[in-house]
Amino acid sequence: MPVTVTELKSPGARRRWQLTSARRAPARMASNTILILIGLCFLLPLGWLVLASVDPAATLAVRVPGQLSTENFEAVLSADRTFRPLWNSVVLSGGCALITVVVAILAAYPLSRYRMRFNKPFMYGILFGTGLPITAMMVPVYGLFVRLNLLDSMTGTIFFLAATSLPMAVWMTKNFMDSVPVSLEEAAWVDGASSMRALWAVVVPLMRPGIAVVFIFVFIQAWGNFFVPFVLLLSPDKQPAAVSIFTFFGQYGSVAYGQLAAFSLLYAVPVLMLYVLVSRVLGGSFAMGGAVKG
Amino acid sequence: MAVTRGAAPAAGPDQRSRRSRGRGPGARPGHPFGRTFTRILPLAPAVVLLGLFMAGPVVWSFYGSFTDAALTGAAARESTWVGLDNYTGLFSDPNFPKSVWLTIVFVVASAIVGQNILGLALAMLMRSANRVVRSVVGTLVVTAWVLPEIVAAFAAYAFFHADGTLNNVFGLVGLDGTNWLYDLPMLAVILANVWRGTAFSMMVYSAALTAVPPDVTEAATMDGASGPKRLVYITLPMIRRSISTNFMLTTLQTLSVFTLIYVMTAGGPGTDSSTLPILAYQEAFSFGRVGYGTAIATIMLLIGAVFSVIYIRMLKPEVD
Repeated sequence: MPVTVTELKSPGARRRWQLTSARRAPARMASNTILILIGLCFLLPLGWLVLASVDPAATLAVRVPGQLSTENFEAVLSADRTFRPLWNSVVLSGGCALITVVVAILAAYPLSRYRMRFNKPFMYGILFGTGLPITAMMVPVYGLFVRLNLLDSMTGTIFFLAATSLPMAVWMTKNFMDSVPVSLEEAAWVDGASSMRALWAVVVPLMRPGIAVVFIFVFIQAWGNFFVPFVLLLSPDKQPAAVSIFTFFGQYGSVAYGQLAAFSLLYAVPVLMLYVLVSRVLGGSFAMGGAVKG
Repeated sequence: MAVTRGAAPAAGPDQRSRRSRGRGPGARPGHPFGRTFTRILPLAPAVVLLGLFMAGPVVWSFYGSFTDAALTGAAARESTWVGLDNYTGLFSDPNFPKSVWLTIVFVVASAIVGQNILGLALAMLMRSANRVVRSVVGTLVVTAWVLPEIVAAFAAYAFFHADGTLNNVFGLVGLDGTNWLYDLPMLAVILANVWRGTAFSMMVYSAALTAVPPDVTEAATMDGASGPKRLVYITLPMIRRSISTNFMLTTLQTLSVFTLIYVMTAGGPGTDSSTLPILAYQEAFSFGRVGYGTAIATIMLLIGAVFSVIYIRMLKPEVD
């Protein structure tokens, strides 16, 4: 019920709100019931992941485990199965997020501070880039990587991931930077600082929360990306968790579903927590819509 | 900001003298080319990255689709120009029109219909629901969306599998389930994509509905407009911008869904759930026909480009 405090203070508004609220009591019941049913449909597939991970005899159907056990987790907690893939994920996503953020800050600065003829075409150009289906690109990217000798290279994959996340990151960073007043940099310019120094010493510290949001946002996307490393990274010791989990699922005739679920959770929980962190920074509603709309 | 934007200094060896010459909106120091150059220099890394890894593959895609590039054999190292062969091959291949049709069905059913209607319904229901219910259901919906795509795909696979949760639920209420992934693969992947993607529409519509002034709907209620009438004549027209933007974004996202379908059905049985991304992948990497797969990718890029342009056109009045 979106009623602000000030609205409630005026007696007329308050009475009206209470009236409608009383009339809506049955509607509220109906809404609650339908929402709970929809919520249940959303819960069942998620519930399987959690329950199967602690069920030593897990099957594909959701069920309350006969006995709780950490057996599945213990089975997957080894260097080959969990730690190396997760570390590769950290390297890929961390590297990608770092490059993306640095490049996006640099690019956002002139776009935010100077009025130039090509600002708009540039911003629209990269917005166009966000619309291109990245999965369509994987076949040509493979061909390109073969030619550039970048296949099976962590560095190449990191740079490709960074390029794909860059358009969105530039839009978000520019929006955050636009809200830092230029007047604050002027003092630095008067003191003889170059624009890059002013950016580093004045603008960046002021938009730290925004930068953190972009970093985490890019990190989450790269962490969850399956198709890009699946096509570009061939050696098993370079593959991130997203890919190793798939080979783990495909290779053994009878899949150990409990272990699969346990590994899925180990892989998913860090980004779920990061997401909660971002949504805290951005305040209750996630600003995704705003970021996309520019 | 506009007041001082034109006065920002340029980085470079002679910046000190240039800055002393003029600050403020009217300042137009000499050497405009040099100034512009130093100003846009910070854009260079972004331009290089985007040029190499975004524009590069697109150009490569156009070129590669006219070659007989292959995964193995002689054509893997040295591909030759085959002109329109890949495209004529595509249009005479029955799998291609089928794949286009499956892609349309997938996008329309899961994104335009499923995610948007369910997302709007959730957003509206939540406004009149109990706070606890709202936050619990909201968290569940968003969790399915934030989950890494491969994990979501496994969860959906387990849910729709013949021995999975869905059939168990059907069994509980005395119905016979079916082997969803085999008998109704498109339905399964469509429902899975609705499950995974609705959170986005829900958040967009929640934000849009918050922006609708409550007085307007209140007034309509006083005038005796029923719930559905208020929805059709008041709420929907007021959030039409969000609706069109969201249609576009969900379409673009769904057009490139690969992992969900690949894990759940791998495009099968046969090619019964091979949307364009799956077809392109299989042609290129399973059958080794990279050139042929590239032609499919090029067509997808063109479709994406068209949608992207429409999307930007729609945003234009708002951005300017």
